[in-house]
Amino acid sequence: MSGGLWVDKYRPRSLDKLDHVPQLSQRLKQLAASEDFPHLLFYGPSGAGKKTRIVATMREIYGPGVEKLKIDQRVTTTPSGRKVDVSIVSSNYHLELTPSDVGVFDRVIVQELIKEVAQTQQVDSNAKHKFKVVVLNEADYLSREAQQALRRTMEKYTSNVRIILCANSTSKIIAPIRSRCLLIRVPAPEITEIANTLTKIAKKEAASVQPDYIQRIAEKCGRNLRKAILMLEMGVAEGAQTSQSKDVPFFDWEVFIKATAREIISEQTPQKLLQVRQRLYELLTKCIPAEIILKTLAFELAHMVDGELKPDVIAMAAFAEHRLRQGNKAIFHLEGFVARFMATYKSFLIQVLGV
Amino acid sequence: MAARKDKSQSKAAAGIDARPWIEKYRPKTLDEVSSQEEVVQVLKRSMDTANLPHLLFYGNPGTGKTSTILALCKELYGPEVYKSRVLELNASDERGIDVIRDKVKNFARVQVSAAHSTTTTLPTHRPPPPYKIVILDEADSMTSDAQSALRRTMEQYSRITRFCLVCNYVSRIIEPLASRCAKFRFAPLPSSSLLARLTHVAAVEHVPISPEALATLVEVSEGDLRRGMTFLQSCARMKGAGGGGGGEGVEAAAGGAEVLPEDVYEVAATPPGRVLDGLLESCKSKRFDRIENTVTEIVAEGWSVAGLLQQITDRLLTSPHTTSVQKAELALQLSDCDKALTDGADEHLQLLNLASRMSAIGVTA
Ligand SMILES: Nc1ncnc2c1ncn2[C@@H]1O[C@H](COP(=O)(O)OP(=O)(O)O)[C@@H](O)[C@H]1O
Ligand SMILES: [Mg+2]
Repeated sequence: MSGGLWVDKYRPRSLDKLDHVPQLSQRLKQLAASEDFPHLLFYGPSGAGKKTRIVATMREIYGPGVEKLKIDQRVTTTPSGRKVDVSIVSSNYHLELTPSDVGVFDRVIVQELIKEVAQTQQVDSNAKHKFKVVVLNEADYLSREAQQALRRTMEKYTSNVRIILCANSTSKIIAPIRSRCLLIRVPAPEITEIANTLTKIAKKEAASVQPDYIQRIAEKCGRNLRKAILMLEMGVAEGAQTSQSKDVPFFDWEVFIKATAREIISEQTPQKLLQVRQRLYELLTKCIPAEIILKTLAFELAHMVDGELKPDVIAMAAFAEHRLRQGNKAIFHLEGFVARFMATYKSFLIQVLGV
Repeated sequence: MAARKDKSQSKAAAGIDARPWIEKYRPKTLDEVSSQEEVVQVLKRSMDTANLPHLLFYGNPGTGKTSTILALCKELYGPEVYKSRVLELNASDERGIDVIRDKVKNFARVQVSAAHSTTTTLPTHRPPPPYKIVILDEADSMTSDAQSALRRTMEQYSRITRFCLVCNYVSRIIEPLASRCAKFRFAPLPSSSLLARLTHVAAVEHVPISPEALATLVEVSEGDLRRGMTFLQSCARMKGAGGGGGGEGVEAAAGGAEVLPEDVYEVAATPPGRVLDGLLESCKSKRFDRIENTVTEIVAEGWSVAGLLQQITDRLLTSPHTTSVQKAELALQLSDCDKALTDGADEHLQLLNLASRMSAIGVTA
């Protein structure tokens, strides 16, 4: 196993090899050993290792066969006669899909697949369980209709199917689904745990990186292990081994947003707003999700302004982000946030400092 | 490990009941339905008179609505006739106007075959009644157009078909439909019923569980037995108890560690009290950076923010240290936050905003 990104290359494949929260791995082992269990809902912040744990749990249940994957392209017809295609990753024991890929048609796809799986027999007669597993990624983006439709399906087909949902938070999952699942919280790794994992990887890659460099990455990654490993790989590629006091690498888009925040602080005028808007567009066209842009920008600004303004910045951001989720045009809400910030900040300067 | 695998394989082959407990312990008869006395009584009476009105069951999740109608159908028809007499449609089926027109109509218009009615005798020594039943589960997710279409179908075939609509919110059923049904509200189950049922299942499944943990289980179930059963099974499986199929009459070796209250909180995704304590401490400091750090930590630990909102509500809105004005302001903030979260807004931003508002309002617990 060489090549590929380090995040993939060093993904632990069995529950024993998982580094952080050993109690959780222990619990999942117990679960895998039992005859029956409810549907599962894994939740926790991104980069905490939910997916890794799901895969490791399935391996514990069914053995290495779950890693023999094939990818299918499937075409389904909606009741209105529209054709939608989705790609599905599957093994003999499970099937995996990301319903948000198909947008508003998620209900049809999810229903059809689960019913189909429920009606096909397990091909491997030696399989530990009669049931197959359907993994739904990004379950927090499942539409309400799709979630409604899952309710009774989860009850009706339980002898042949178990559903594993993977989500960042439980608040977007409707209560009737939550009450049908075993909820498994996956906390983000601690900073020291991240540092340990990074040290291990650096060693395996024979990259002589300074411990304090690793420590700084661990502190700056927001407890997101995926991000930390990417940062390490980037840093090493940029020659972190040689220089001692090198700054930890940030992603280009992060650097870009930080610079945008400085621009906003430097001047609050319609002209500036126009320039900032250009920069926001640029980020959007690079496929940086709008809510990430908004959040990163908001925290940057909150850190740059005077103490009494900080809560206002967060309030404006919380408002804009909420609107953003409901609306269609991201740029409106991003720009709206910046304009509102500029106005507030400017009047603060005038009032307090008399500038 | 190898031995354990062999054992489980042979069991899987032997058709061990591996359904989740909410299915395994779904009431099979009306007598097994806990606490919904009124509706059970009416249904039993209707069994004797072979007459049944259209039904509308509404109420909180996990209170026995689906179970009750399924149990009634099983008792009325027995396993043989059931399939030809009962049509169950739920939100997972396609239920546009077309389906109502076709599927329901086709089912409803075929006459009840006389042969069955006279020859089949049930364990209850009663012939199956001369009507069919259409169950529309989760009916509140039907569009109002589909509901209107249903209304005509209902009138047309009411001589031989009874409809049972099941939903959480009665207000989402259009008036002309609702008014044609006998309405029954399923109230959240009282603690005593929850405790009795959960104690029973824990015993049958050989789950070692402390009385305190059972009490905690009842508390976090909030009147919803489905939650209670799922949590109980989750605790058992996480602690390695049973897992041998269990079930009535089956001797399964007890095993696994005793289930404790903290296990229950964990599977219920309820943040432990210290999380809220920490948050309130930081609010008291009135220092934004401290509040920010605490909130960031809470989010990184993956604690459910919705669960935390519930706890804030429970603790602060009843606290003697909070003035009425503070409570009112807080209630407004909480409702905004809850709405935003339900709409899918970012938990981190929402919780930080709420906490800094709480700090400004000056609530301390
Ligand atoms: N009143 C009740 N008596 C006995 N079991 C119940 C009752 N209410 C709920 N349950 C349990 O909870 C599960 C879900 O109940 P269900 O009838 O499907 O709830 P809903 O009201 O949401 O339709 C059932 O499988 C059963 O185990
Ligand atoms: Mg139901």
